[in-house]
Amino acid sequence: MNTATPANTATTHYPAAAVDQGIETRTLCVLVDNEPGVLARVIGLFSGRGYNIDSLTVSETEHQKHLSRITIVTRGTPMVLEQIKNQLDRLVPVHRVVDLSAGGPAIARELAMVKVRGTGEMRMEALRLADAFRARVIDATTESFVFEITGASDKIESFINLMIPVGLVEVSRTGVVAIARGPEAMQDRAG
Amino acid sequence: MTGAKTETQASTETIEMTGAEMVIRALADQGVEHIFGYPGGAVLPIYDALFQQNMVQHVLVRHEQGAVHAAEGYARSTGKVGTVLVTSGPGATNAVTGLTDALCDSVPLVVITGQVPTHLIGNDAFQECDTVGITRPCTKYNYLVKSVADLPRVLHEAFHIAASGRPGPVVVDIPKDVQFAKGHYFKPNEFQHKGYRPKRKGDPDKIEQAVAMMAAAKRPVFYTGGGVINSGPAASKRLRELVKLTGFPITSTLMGLGAYPAADPQWLGMLGMHGTWEANWSMHDCDLMIAVGARFDDRITGRLDAFSPGSKKIHIDIDPSSINKNVKVDLPIVGDCAHVLQDMLQAWRAGGYAADKKGLTAWWAQIDKWRAKKSLAYRNSDEIIKPQYAIQRLYELTKDRDTYITTEVGQHQMWAAQFYQFQEPTRWMTSGGLGTMGYGLPAAVGVQLAHPNSLVIDIAGEASVLMTMQEMSTAVQFGLPIKVFILNNQYMGMVRQWQELLHGGRYSHSYTDALPDFVKLAEAYHAHGIRCQHPRELDDRIREMIEVQKPVIFDCVVDPAENCFPMIPSGRAHNEMLLGDAATRVEDAVTEEGKMLV
Ligand SMILES: Cc1ncc(C[n+]2csc(CCOP(=O)(O)OP(=O)(O)O)c2C)c(N)n1
Ligand SMILES: [Mg+2]
Repeated sequence: MNTATPANTATTHYPAAAVDQGIETRTLCVLVDNEPGVLARVIGLFSGRGYNIDSLTVSETEHQKHLSRITIVTRGTPMVLEQIKNQLDRLVPVHRVVDLSAGGPAIARELAMVKVRGTGEMRMEALRLADAFRARVIDATTESFVFEITGASDKIESFINLMIPVGLVEVSRTGVVAIARGPEAMQDRAG
Repeated sequence: MTGAKTETQASTETIEMTGAEMVIRALADQGVEHIFGYPGGAVLPIYDALFQQNMVQHVLVRHEQGAVHAAEGYARSTGKVGTVLVTSGPGATNAVTGLTDALCDSVPLVVITGQVPTHLIGNDAFQECDTVGITRPCTKYNYLVKSVADLPRVLHEAFHIAASGRPGPVVVDIPKDVQFAKGHYFKPNEFQHKGYRPKRKGDPDKIEQAVAMMAAAKRPVFYTGGGVINSGPAASKRLRELVKLTGFPITSTLMGLGAYPAADPQWLGMLGMHGTWEANWSMHDCDLMIAVGARFDDRITGRLDAFSPGSKKIHIDIDPSSINKNVKVDLPIVGDCAHVLQDMLQAWRAGGYAADKKGLTAWWAQIDKWRAKKSLAYRNSDEIIKPQYAIQRLYELTKDRDTYITTEVGQHQMWAAQFYQFQEPTRWMTSGGLGTMGYGLPAAVGVQLAHPNSLVIDIAGEASVLMTMQEMSTAVQFGLPIKVFILNNQYMGMVRQWQELLHGGRYSHSYTDALPDFVKLAEAYHAHGIRCQHPRELDDRIREMIEVQKPVIFDCVVDPAENCFPMIPSGRAHNEMLLGDAATRVEDAVTEEGKMLV
């Protein structure tokens, strides 16, 4: 019984895979013209390669110029990520692509709404935990709360995990938005 | 290491094999006997696996578009899922027209495409294209399989998705390294898809309401479509029962022909742009329309704001997105036609319902007046073969045989629909939604493969048939005695007709100069060529075509100037239909907006 590799090299005209590189997580900010189909073009680059997008946020940020900012969190080998970035850069409606994980420090935040159902002691515990995480109550009934929490993804992750035993029923998350620290605007930064 | 794997195999009843072998195994386990395809670098492992087995027979086409149309013909004439195997890049892009055609006409297909190895995807590798990206809008669903561990599930799921609900084409894109990789194959089992669950049974309350509306109707009409055919033979059977039980008139779309027998007195003929006077007027004047597996396409409705203004509408369809898409209906019933019709029959009988006899008598009297118009009448000739006459003779000389008809796209297609009388479902294969010239010849190849002893005829136009003519070579190689019956008017007749009626007779590029000699072309393919130029010879030549045990190209030279009527010009309503003798007034009849439509 032969393994796949020797048979493969003997019967294919394709070059072999590069030596394995580790998988990394990156946050990309993409400034695009807000026109129909632009989002499909951007995410088509990812699905065409079979790569997943961990999170995606998009909204028009400069109304006068009709520019939207897309924030994408994705994973891949450094080579593939570099390719994705270059491919994005090549798209006609794309103005700028910045890899916030490379270069200087950046801030990434997410907003989540977390619905918890319970009565009595559970309810009190939920409130206490929310307080510790600086989550706000934005809806309440006698048997439920909806909390709003903003923060880095791992903070939101741990808040959600803590809510499970006190009656978590539903979560809605925005996905990451990110921006570089310091005085420079994205437009001025090197890719 | 091999020892460990054998152990797993024994204990979990899965079998270790390569991805390529899994493809063949899954096809066989899904009951596939034939696959249409064309090899290339990215599918060589699958071709190698094909070579070493005899469960699945491969039919080598001459162009990947032909493979998909052949699979469509195969699927539509059998009710099974059609299958295709093509290579990456150009193989996949050549299949796109066929996929779109199958999506428009709801034909169940599983199309396997090779892909460059996973590590090269996105790299502009040789013969790479973004197959899932390109085919996303022209498939019901598609997959890129990046790990051999997912392959058996994806393959089985593909068949399930293609065949269930509203059927359609599914693409499975398999990188070459996944074809080489070894994994564990498992058989299809009754699995539940995570989210996809098409509804089959209609809502009983709505069915009860529907039959009550039917009993109250004074001017009812059944309007049926390709959904009845797709739903299987039981749907046609129940439709016939319900139509007989109620005594209502029935018309159908191009795609639905054969679900109800054309010889029956309750049949009004086809409706729509080239439908009969009685069918379109009944649709316009009815007080209850019962749409079954039809989707209110623009070829059917004509001008939307004037479409059947006075009727209540019941719409039975398996696809919820077809409902209230073009026309607002009063009673939607989501479900499979066969199930819903069965439940309607039962509700009608159990409720002791009866049709409004008096109303129906008056309605039929009105319909008879419309019928008396004889809207399909044409002036025959002793000198030149009229295309309508050719189809009528073809019908008369083949009706007692086990015959399947495919078509290309154009006037000949409409004449075939008008003049060939279909008595049974799945006997009629035409490209309706997409209107793909070049569909008919490869489709005939697929039909003939599935029905080796039947008479399979492609009613063709000389322009269309040249688009996929190379599949004659496939027919000859596999001993498939298809008959290509060309109504040769030397024009892209349908284009010429629109130019005559809408563009002042300026025949811009609708005339094909330098047509090939079709008899010699047949001979070049080692097939049999026949030419017929005179009505007197037609019957004998058709008989010759039927008798020859070989693929035939029949060059039937017809009147180049004949137009296809009746016709509802674009942008007009059903009651503004034009008849043949009114042809001179057509230009006045088309509005400026009408010219903008197609
Ligand atoms: C692939 C494709 N290209 C273009 C068209 C537009 N079209 C519709 S009918 C037609 C003419 C067909 O001519 P022919 O096959 O000779 O049939 P006829 O109308 O003369 O019977 C054309 C060009 C089409 N339907 N499909
Ligand atoms: Mg023609």
